[in-house]
Amino acid sequence: MTARLGLGLARGVSGVGNRAAAYTLRPFSAEPKVLFGQYLANARNTEMLFDSIGDGKEVLTKEEVQAFLEDVKPFIRPEALDEIEAKAAGECLNREYFKKWLVLATRFDSQRNSKMAKYYGMLGEQSGAVHKEPKSWNESTMAQNLRRMQYAVRGQVVMKAETLMAEGKEIIFTNIGNPHSVGQKPITFYRQVLALCDLPPQYGVDHPEASKMFPADVIARAREMQDAIGGSGTGAYTGSQGVLKFRQDIASFIEARDGQPCLPGNIFMTNGASSGIQAILTGLIADMNDAVMIPIPQYPIYSALIALLGGRQVGYELDESKGWSVSTETLKAQLDKAEAEGLRVKALAMINPGNPTGQVLSEEDVFTICKFCCANGIVLLSDEVYQRNVYAPGKQFHSAKKVAMERESELRNLQLVSFHSTSKGLIGECGRRGGYMELYNIDTFVQTQIYKLASAGLCSGVNGQIMTSLMVKGPEEGGESFDLFIKEESEIMESMKRKAKMLVKGLNEIDGIDCEDAEGAMYAFPRIQIPQKAIDAARKKKQSPDTLYAISLLEDTGLCVVPASGFGQADGRIGFRTTFLPPDDVMEGAVEDFKRHHEKFCEQYA
Amino acid sequence: MRNMEYAVRGKVVITADSITSSLKTNPSAYPFSKIIYTNIGNPHSVGQKPLTWPRQVMALVDLPDDVGVDNPNVSKLFPQDAVERAKELKSYMGGCGTGAYSHSQGIRGIREEVAEFIEKRDGGIKCNPDDLFLTNGASTGIGHILTACISGPSDGVMIPIPQYPIYSASLALLGGKQVGYYLDENKEWSASIEELERSLKEAKKNGVNVRAFVLINPGNPTGQVLSSSAISSVIKFCSKHSLILLADEVYQENVYDPNKTFISCKKAATEAGMLGKFEMVSFHSTSKGIFGECGRRGGYMELTGFDPDVQAQIYKLASSGLCSGIPGQVMTSLMVKGPKPGDVSYDSHENEKKTIFDSLKRRAVMVSEGLNSIEGFECNAAEGSMYLFPKVDMPEKAIQEAKKQGTNVDTLYSLSLLEATGICVVPAAGFGQEPGRAGFRTTFLPQEEEMKQAVELFKSHHEQFLEKYK
Repeated sequence: MTARLGLGLARGVSGVGNRAAAYTLRPFSAEPKVLFGQYLANARNTEMLFDSIGDGKEVLTKEEVQAFLEDVKPFIRPEALDEIEAKAAGECLNREYFKKWLVLATRFDSQRNSKMAKYYGMLGEQSGAVHKEPKSWNESTMAQNLRRMQYAVRGQVVMKAETLMAEGKEIIFTNIGNPHSVGQKPITFYRQVLALCDLPPQYGVDHPEASKMFPADVIARAREMQDAIGGSGTGAYTGSQGVLKFRQDIASFIEARDGQPCLPGNIFMTNGASSGIQAILTGLIADMNDAVMIPIPQYPIYSALIALLGGRQVGYELDESKGWSVSTETLKAQLDKAEAEGLRVKALAMINPGNPTGQVLSEEDVFTICKFCCANGIVLLSDEVYQRNVYAPGKQFHSAKKVAMERESELRNLQLVSFHSTSKGLIGECGRRGGYMELYNIDTFVQTQIYKLASAGLCSGVNGQIMTSLMVKGPEEGGESFDLFIKEESEIMESMKRKAKMLVKGLNEIDGIDCEDAEGAMYAFPRIQIPQKAIDAARKKKQSPDTLYAISLLEDTGLCVVPASGFGQADGRIGFRTTFLPPDDVMEGAVEDFKRHHEKFCEQYA
Repeated sequence: MRNMEYAVRGKVVITADSITSSLKTNPSAYPFSKIIYTNIGNPHSVGQKPLTWPRQVMALVDLPDDVGVDNPNVSKLFPQDAVERAKELKSYMGGCGTGAYSHSQGIRGIREEVAEFIEKRDGGIKCNPDDLFLTNGASTGIGHILTACISGPSDGVMIPIPQYPIYSASLALLGGKQVGYYLDENKEWSASIEELERSLKEAKKNGVNVRAFVLINPGNPTGQVLSSSAISSVIKFCSKHSLILLADEVYQENVYDPNKTFISCKKAATEAGMLGKFEMVSFHSTSKGIFGECGRRGGYMELTGFDPDVQAQIYKLASSGLCSGIPGQVMTSLMVKGPKPGDVSYDSHENEKKTIFDSLKRRAVMVSEGLNSIEGFECNAAEGSMYLFPKVDMPEKAIQEAKKQGTNVDTLYSLSLLEATGICVVPAAGFGQEPGRAGFRTTFLPQEEEMKQAVELFKSHHEQFLEKYK
């Protein structure tokens, strides 16, 4: 114990071990002090420190506080010291208060923080370090909803990967569905139209030599789009819902897809699907008793936004053994449980095709969920951003809107919002932030409120709007660009199909890794078996076992995956999510690396 | 969310939009043929032309190499310096192009250019690209910061009255309190320290925990350009009371008064020896200035003096939106780094910028003089930004009528103006103002001929209005 303390609190501190032995109450042993030392050093381990201090309601004794403070006094602002001592003497000190106090009492400013080496020295000399006023806006005073929010796709493993990359290590980013960053080429027609739309006409569509660089159908489409946007061009705000013509294009696309009518007035163009999801959740969550049902595993944008907005998430587990499907019984059980806890379930998120799970729902599956929402007055949020990414033969995408309209007599009161995006599909234009949402059977007053919210953001980006219109309406058959367009699209599709199959097959060949088929989307979500020792080691490090695994994989192979715990999963399950977006040869190498690393990892913890 | 109001796109605009559609079916339904939108700072929608060179670079950046920068005919359509600049930007993106998500704070190379621009603007004060976040216009940056500092309904933010309603709207949405401090119209919309202290004291008395302070310079809707000493006193006030200063500096290039220059809060803080000792975020955008590229949603914010934990949390928030749009990032780059002297496009680019600026300056003077010549109107000069915010003496009967209709006299007046002339302004009440004041905000963005007509129409409508409510 003495050695561990030395780690945290540096040289020059004598007798720490003896004092540590004097602590009687668990968890207020030496651990908080060790972590406090680390916290002073890098201001990063606050959560572990707080965990070690224990539950907020437990009372701390005067002796415990004094023993804790003994050799860390130089780090505490004098007035804060007085405060805590007075509080401790009064015997009304709970651990929650102590945590808050600790942060406020020791906060450094950023300049000093980066020079922590100096602090070790100062502690050694027992110099009474003078500390500045804490920042008013700090970890304990900031919006706690933001602090609570977790976002796994760009979490701990990715940060580590960025550090390794900065050190010169080659990293293969399979953590995020960002196709162009891993070699997928943009579709030429889309980019040509987009470029022409941005050019002032005399330098673009009306330039006498325009046809030397741009095919005729590109020029015609750009002209049509410039007309639709109006004289103000791509540099002006558009109407808050997006350019009407583009919404008409979307409505026609939806009509063709579903064989059911669609009104442009119900379409809101958004910055990717994320901003639409955020707008809808903002409109739904009124207080901490409002809940949203989300699939487990789920794409973490839902849990993150729900946390940010101060609502509650109610998970419904997808059944891995049945191809990640869900039954009415599971849904009903979760709803009953939530209601028993006093929660109001306002919405349910359905991701089809699934992320991270990749399943493509049958028409009957979609109907089951619609029916459940309908029967319980729950708004269905249908995340359909992977609707074009269906690889499994015999599988087909069924939109919730189509099911809702075709079986209207059974789903009369279904309230539905569907989301789509330019970031996925075959287009993969993530940086463009294009997308839309369609409101179906939503209360008129609520819809005007959503409009107001869209207005406050002024409008979605015009380039994203153009890209969305292009996604739903490509070049026409017979036009100059048509053949190239079809060729580019089918190459991307074929390659994804191939890689999906190859990756899942490769993963399943590894002893201790099991992976369901990636019927759609861009991900494989294997579960892994790892030795008990690895699980224990992770626990000791206060990490989830799959984080330990993912970091080991990253350091060993340069593959950056997302630990499955970031998406939520059944108790005891361990795994990760990987995309299959990098080029074929890289993916083949990756499968080898997955295998080699898994064997090594199991050996290491055997 | 129901409590949130957003005046710039409120009732008057909705009426204007419906008039536009009825004019389409029946062109003689109104005594005018089209709506003149002076409600929103959306320059390209009212005739301002985009700058050519940035658009050329942007187009090339979006095009795949073989049909863009490497196309054998590229020089037939694009000047050499646009091709070079596009190649440079593409190199920052490292092969990912404009279709991939970037780093959540924005592309590193672009942040370096922004840092250089800030250093140059502020006379060499260091700027760290790691403290910059590229954002979708200034609005998302403001949203992030407010999200991170509002914890509950007792948290408040000080905002100027009159103010740009994005602040009140975001606060209402986040469930925080707005704490208004009045700008003094008689002293060219400046705020005295006494007023700031008064406002803060009152808020504290009401149990509001004031977290942040919004300063808009040049002002919106008020157009004033603050002096270094005025900014310093705000900085001292913020520092004294541990308030985070949100410096909305999106109109920094829009300064028309020859006796005024824009001074950034960062520069003023440095001169006062305060930089890094208190928390400050400054915002800039591609939507205003001379670029006016609103649809592009480009912009950035710079954080100084922040607790690294909080900065890490803001990074997390930026991550959850994945990144700001790449076209906006590219436009931000082009705004802060144009063609160099000697480049093919240098002269034409500078000329286009100057033409826009000079015309804005002329219109600022022309419209404010025109409004002041109307009896019952009082209007401060627009030293900066894109707006005029006249005070209008309203007849008592109109005030009564508004009350009867359950609205305010500003809205009654603006709707009357809209229906009589087709000019769409924003009622001053939407920005907040001292009790008893009435008026509206108008931009001077429509082209000069149209603006001249508008001044005449303001006048004739006002006479009609007075007659009606005599």
